[in-house]
Amino acid sequence: MAHGPAKGIGRWLFTTNHKDIGTLYLWFSFAMFLLGGTFAMVIRAELFQPGMQLIKPEFFNQMTTMHGLVMVFGAIMPAFVGLANWLIPMMIGAPDMALPRMNNLSFWILPFGFSLLASTLFMEGGGPNFGWTFYAPLSTTYAPSTVNYFIFGMHIIGASSIMGSINIIATVLNMRAPGMTLMKMPMFVWTWLITAFLLIAVMPVLAGAVTMMLMDINFGTSFFDAAGGGDPVLFQHVFWFFGHPEVYIIVLPAFGVISHIIPTFSRKPLFGYSSMVYATASIAFLSFIVWAHHMFLVGMPIGGELYFMYATMLIAVPTAAKVFNWISTMFRGSISYETPMLFAIAFVVLFTIGGFTGLMLAIAAADVQYHDSYFVVAHFHYVMVAGAVFSGTAAVYYWLPKWCGRMYNETMGKVQFWISFIGFNITFFPQHFLGLAGMPRRYADYALQFSDWNMISSIGAFIYGASQLLFIFNVIRTIRSGTPVSEPKTWEGAEGLEWTVATPAPYHTFATPPEVK
Amino acid sequence: MSRRASMLFALVFAPAISLAFMSKAVAEEAQRWAVNMPKGATPVSNAIYDIHMIIFWICVVIGVGVFAVMFYSMFAHRKSKGAVAANFHENTTAEIVWTVIPALLLIVMAVPATTALLDVYDTTEAEMDIKITGYQWKWQYEYLGEDVAFVSELTTPEEEIYNTAPKSQYYLQEVSQALVLPAKTKVRFLITGKDVIHSWWVVDLGVKKDAIPGVVNEAWAYIEEPGIYRGECAELCGKGHAFMPIVVNVLEKEEYNAWLAKKKEEVAAERDLAKKTFTLDELMAQGEAAYNRSCAACHAGNGEGIPGVFPALKGSAMATTTGDYAAHLDIVVNGKAGTAMQAFGGQLSEVDIAAIITYERNAWGNSTGDLVQPLDVLKFKQGQ
Amino acid sequence: MSAAPNNRKLLVKLLSGAVFMFIFALFVMPPLYNVFCEITGIGGKTGGPYVASEAGVDTSRQVKVQFVATNNGAMPWQFGPKVFEVSVHPGEPTEVAFYAKNSTHRNMVAQAVPNVTPFNAAEYFHKTECFCFNQQPLKAGEDAELPLVFIVDRDLPTAITTITLSYTLFDITNQSDDSLAQVN
Repeated sequence: MAHGPAKGIGRWLFTTNHKDIGTLYLWFSFAMFLLGGTFAMVIRAELFQPGMQLIKPEFFNQMTTMHGLVMVFGAIMPAFVGLANWLIPMMIGAPDMALPRMNNLSFWILPFGFSLLASTLFMEGGGPNFGWTFYAPLSTTYAPSTVNYFIFGMHIIGASSIMGSINIIATVLNMRAPGMTLMKMPMFVWTWLITAFLLIAVMPVLAGAVTMMLMDINFGTSFFDAAGGGDPVLFQHVFWFFGHPEVYIIVLPAFGVISHIIPTFSRKPLFGYSSMVYATASIAFLSFIVWAHHMFLVGMPIGGELYFMYATMLIAVPTAAKVFNWISTMFRGSISYETPMLFAIAFVVLFTIGGFTGLMLAIAAADVQYHDSYFVVAHFHYVMVAGAVFSGTAAVYYWLPKWCGRMYNETMGKVQFWISFIGFNITFFPQHFLGLAGMPRRYADYALQFSDWNMISSIGAFIYGASQLLFIFNVIRTIRSGTPVSEPKTWEGAEGLEWTVATPAPYHTFATPPEVK
Repeated sequence: MSRRASMLFALVFAPAISLAFMSKAVAEEAQRWAVNMPKGATPVSNAIYDIHMIIFWICVVIGVGVFAVMFYSMFAHRKSKGAVAANFHENTTAEIVWTVIPALLLIVMAVPATTALLDVYDTTEAEMDIKITGYQWKWQYEYLGEDVAFVSELTTPEEEIYNTAPKSQYYLQEVSQALVLPAKTKVRFLITGKDVIHSWWVVDLGVKKDAIPGVVNEAWAYIEEPGIYRGECAELCGKGHAFMPIVVNVLEKEEYNAWLAKKKEEVAAERDLAKKTFTLDELMAQGEAAYNRSCAACHAGNGEGIPGVFPALKGSAMATTTGDYAAHLDIVVNGKAGTAMQAFGGQLSEVDIAAIITYERNAWGNSTGDLVQPLDVLKFKQGQ
Repeated sequence: MSAAPNNRKLLVKLLSGAVFMFIFALFVMPPLYNVFCEITGIGGKTGGPYVASEAGVDTSRQVKVQFVATNNGAMPWQFGPKVFEVSVHPGEPTEVAFYAKNSTHRNMVAQAVPNVTPFNAAEYFHKTECFCFNQQPLKAGEDAELPLVFIVDRDLPTAITTITLSYTLFDITNQSDDSLAQVN
């Protein structure tokens, strides 16, 4: 066990080391983030002005679909799996993940899944064009001929996620250092444990949904076809039974990251640790019983509408508790504003705004106007981009010195923060206005009264996109030539086992488990 | 230190400054810079607006409170100012309080939210019924019990969409025939879809409902003021999703009755027209217009379709074999099962179908010289 | 390390959990949804054939029943109700008919899918005889009158004064080789 990494490409292909696999996940997710971001740039460039300038409507639909799929399944989820791989064993004092060979497999099938998915863009018939929610019958009877590649790709991606989650659960439950009781675990580990259970519960449901599609398309069943006794609305129920927990799958690990960074830079322990754990668990539970708030307009009896409205509003309670806890952590702390902290504070601000619009969307009557409008687009980008991208960026800046033993450039980090914070808000805040004024989402072209806000939104998107290039530049520069650091504790206020090992973290850590008091 | 302070200042005041900028702009060009939901023209849209504003202001108040505390500690408890961290990390009372208060607030919100929803759902005692059917990519309106039905399609020309002509005022918001409704009448909409899921949304009427194949949904509107209200499809339905707008023309009741009577006459006249014999030039002219309205969305204005998705008509065997137009007629009238090719027999007049087929057989280098008369279409439809 | 056998056990448990959820989605959710729909009237779905009870007719009120027809997708038949609207007493069996004509030059099979609005009326609208219970084959050029007998339940909430029954007609010629064999 005591040897270092193998040499050459074989190190990466056959590695079972959690740090190597974490690195692979992170780079892969960043590549996907750039790909999905490129799609977003195409979308915003086309929407810069009314009229079709650059692409055709059918390609526009492929862009919106691929943007959603690549960002959700390719960028965000693997990014957090990567963080989990790197950090969870180090945080709980384990030598590696519980199932290292499966760990290798769960990463290496991902590139195949996404190659399948992306290759459809170059095939006759084009890529998936039915939205990342792929509602039947647009995705079945009326789907492009390449839909089977999409289905197969989703199966592979789903299998990868399930394996990743099993590994995380096994690691957390079986591999903790002596004395590391559940209620002593760092928040990131807790949120990931709950997330992993969510994934195991709902990724198979997504697999079920695409399998039913596959059978409807190729084997003459009628799950979603009213002619044969099926129902297209069933698809939406199955999809959102997966889709709503999926939202929390994305955001819960982000909560975990933020719960590390804010205490560190406030130099004060996390406020309300146990209530954080309970809040996370109740959010996870509630996520299973609110799915149909995505479907207020499919024609539900009023009793159903009221139930899903009330249940959805309830989620505000544990979520608010979390925000209050973070603010109480900052309160009377000794706060400094390094780049990770800036991103973490921006996360709290933006996520809270997204939470408010989420509460508005829960109101079934008002959803008549909000539904499928740009208001929804604004809402979920406030939640997802703030939740995943801001917290992911914060996490990279925060742990990068530990990973590679070099410090990033603080000024460049801060510049990147301000560019992305401002760019993000210029992009997405006006989309609230567009939606309220009546612009539906997924529109390739729009009426003239929407021109001005769209143009502003596009400008913001280019700014936000450019800030990501600065990010990758800063990261690569740090790895190659950043100022070396060797203190185990990079940050004065940091707590946790990962800050007790040497910097940079050696290839193998905690071969003998530490004693946790 | 002052640099940090100014950064904080910017973080706090950036939203406020942009708000101030917004309100000024709103005053200048309310329509173009609209930032809020319109109140709309029906009791339901007003109820929705009210609940939207109630929730919005509650959120604003909570948000201001929460962020005030946060920005205060960001400012007052800075390390650079010499702040020393306290060490508290739990306070059961506080935690209970901030669980209970949001819960109570939610109950307060739930009451008006429920009332508004009951309003949206109250379709009883409607005075008239309109059936709305969503197609790829147009709407069909049926005046139930009146024997009047028509298809409403986008009329914005392709040149405007592809920027070779200047865009008109109602770019992408003009249709071949608006849905005409009487004012001060409770109208019930029965909404369904023919192929994929669409969603009928007119923001000023406070109506949005999914149009799902095999399901019929209900919605309603009581429109106070005559006028023209515009809307669009709100559920992704394929490449023409952004190109199937809705126009509702609301008339005073008497005017509406006159319109309906005239419309019925037109329907009868159109039936007679089917028996007339047309010249090639007449059919080609009408065919080009009808083709661009109903066919070009898939088969493209130049008849080349989209490879792998929508077949080309230019040079296709079906449209280029002189004299043999039975299959061509069949596919236009009856559609093709399992594909996006609709049965146009039910949505276009005999004259339009005859003109389209004639056009397709004689345009873009297709040169059969075939002339299909409306009467041929009528006979075919009747199974003769 | 002692964790290894535990890991394998946990792996098996979690994997079976995932497989269970997959099976749940594929084989439990669709039937569950259908049962749920029939009980609650989600989507205006109505039940199967109904056996009339001897409850008698409620002559104290009348309910308007409207009939609407839609052709799905490329379905070319002429299809519609013979009358648009009837007035009935709750509890009273009423017979109406739809008309269908296959105006194409090929033999076809259709399936009508019923829907009741408002949705909360669905559970009070009973069909004792309906063409929608079976597939409808029609030869080229053939037409047919399609009968429907229904009873509006006496327990229908008094707030409901109008019920709309609509049928969407689907072309299932390709899915139903058996019925087509009957026509040919």
